[in-house]
Amino acid sequence: MTDVAAVDSQRFDRPKFRLAGDRGLLVEFGDAITPEINQSVRAMTFAMEAAAVLGVREVIPTYRSVVVVYDPLTTHPSLLSTRILSLYEGLARIEPPAPKESVIPVCYGGEYGPDIAFVAEHNHIGIDDVIRLHSEPSYPIYMLGFSPGFPFLGGLSENLHTPRLTSPRTRVPAGSVGIANNQTGIYPIASPGGWQLIGRSPVRLFDPDRPNPFLLRAGDTLRFEPITPDEYRRRAVGGEHD
Amino acid sequence: MTDIFNVLSPGAYTTVQDLGRFGWQPFGVPPSGMLDDFAGRVANMLVGNPDTAALLELTFSGPTLKILSPATIALTGADIPFSINGVPAAGWCALPVQPGDTVTVGMARSGCRGYLAVSHGIDVPLVMGSRSCYVGAAIGGFKGRPLQAGDCLRRGPGEADYLARRVPVERVPAYPSEITLRAIPGPQDDFFDHGLDVFFNASFTVSPQADRMGCRLQGPVISQIEAMPQSIISEPSLPGGVQIPQDGQPIILLSEQTVGGYTKIATVISSDIPRVAQALPGDRIRFERIDIDAAHALYRHQASLLKRIRYEMELSAAEQRFRRDRPDPAAVDWDSPDVVDKLIHCLYQT
Repeated sequence: MTDVAAVDSQRFDRPKFRLAGDRGLLVEFGDAITPEINQSVRAMTFAMEAAAVLGVREVIPTYRSVVVVYDPLTTHPSLLSTRILSLYEGLARIEPPAPKESVIPVCYGGEYGPDIAFVAEHNHIGIDDVIRLHSEPSYPIYMLGFSPGFPFLGGLSENLHTPRLTSPRTRVPAGSVGIANNQTGIYPIASPGGWQLIGRSPVRLFDPDRPNPFLLRAGDTLRFEPITPDEYRRRAVGGEHD
Repeated sequence: MTDIFNVLSPGAYTTVQDLGRFGWQPFGVPPSGMLDDFAGRVANMLVGNPDTAALLELTFSGPTLKILSPATIALTGADIPFSINGVPAAGWCALPVQPGDTVTVGMARSGCRGYLAVSHGIDVPLVMGSRSCYVGAAIGGFKGRPLQAGDCLRRGPGEADYLARRVPVERVPAYPSEITLRAIPGPQDDFFDHGLDVFFNASFTVSPQADRMGCRLQGPVISQIEAMPQSIISEPSLPGGVQIPQDGQPIILLSEQTVGGYTKIATVISSDIPRVAQALPGDRIRFERIDIDAAHALYRHQASLLKRIRYEMELSAAEQRFRRDRPDPAAVDWDSPDVVDKLIHCLYQT
């Protein structure tokens, strides 16, 4: 915790604006991945949604910035930046709703987590330790992207950091839980991928036919809960995965 | 719902697209949608559809279709020879088709993407508010994938009502093999100094690696300022962003890209993205620096041009409908603000 001050200094005194073409404005709050900077992102996302700023089509939260997509027939970056700065002044008084915690059941190891032994070996710990260390923390969801509903999570234990596979798999099944360097995440849909797979969840993070297609939202938190293979199969039979 | 055609052969890469799927980027879903939205919107106008109707986007070579019900069709975008029952047909023009007709779309002579609209729109299920196919997540369009031989597509409800609509030749865009794209520096232009000069002065070649995610270019290496980090914290990208990966060769990001960690030196303006969509491997691209106010003026110009094209077409359609149907004067609402009723009013008086 010695470099808290250094980390804190990576938060900007005031937001930095960058043009992203003729209909996008990037608003940066800092230059690092920290819970503090992401807190500003979360508060600004709520503030802008509540204020329903004229001409704003989308507010996309990221690790340390928001991307504002606007209608060029209605507004202009200079109007938007003035409005965003005044919202920023009042940000401390804004109380966004408490983050919602999602609990994601995961069947670790075995056929669902073929790389768990490698992760354990790489970190000189046991497979049980991998499961314990991975399912202990409450992970902040910093951003969704890469594929629909894919969560970029913070806070992976240093004892689990593991490099990517040297050669990516051509197909990683939906629900797979993986580790790549200092990141962990879940594949919402089947896709190619190079992450070390340590388990699989029967829960569908993304289902376009649900009224709310996504289980997770940027700014909320997530915890993994170990389940047995029997429980995985019981829950997966409900058609949660293809 | 009516079956509109069977796919006899699908063409190189043909998908169902509309204007795009908006509001889901915070969840990691890119907009998708017709890449050349000028050509696509005009195709819909030609067959009397609203802008939001779904159509076929074809890439380089087109499909062969067996028509199953009476309809009006139109092909816009790339200059692609096509025929109905072997008889050559004109692009940028409404054409009536009947059950049993075979529509054969060939290979592009210039441009890369064609748009084939049918009256009442292609009917596929709305997925999260859009019919656009996003192949990366296998959602939208026809079963979430490009068309295949044997697919049978349907159209939206309504009667076939052919009216001769066409685009005046001076409004049909040319797709030259050397293009200039106007771009606004940023969002990460401060990662470059000399690299910006190279970017805005050199000429680049479109590589064969070009799809709906992005268009990769080849040319002189664009290098970052050495003291700056080689990548940024991953962030969502918007269509038009020009990413500079470590090899210094630019990639113009398009509508199926979600997040990325490479710096973006500049962003191509909205009204020039159709030119990227129409560029073929081997074409030459230059970038011209433009500021935000000039870019917004061009944006308004493009929006009003599309409005004018629709207005001209609807006026001509209303006149044809009048001459054909001779509406009962008693049935016309003389006080209506509707432009069609106003026109009928005028025609009765002349």
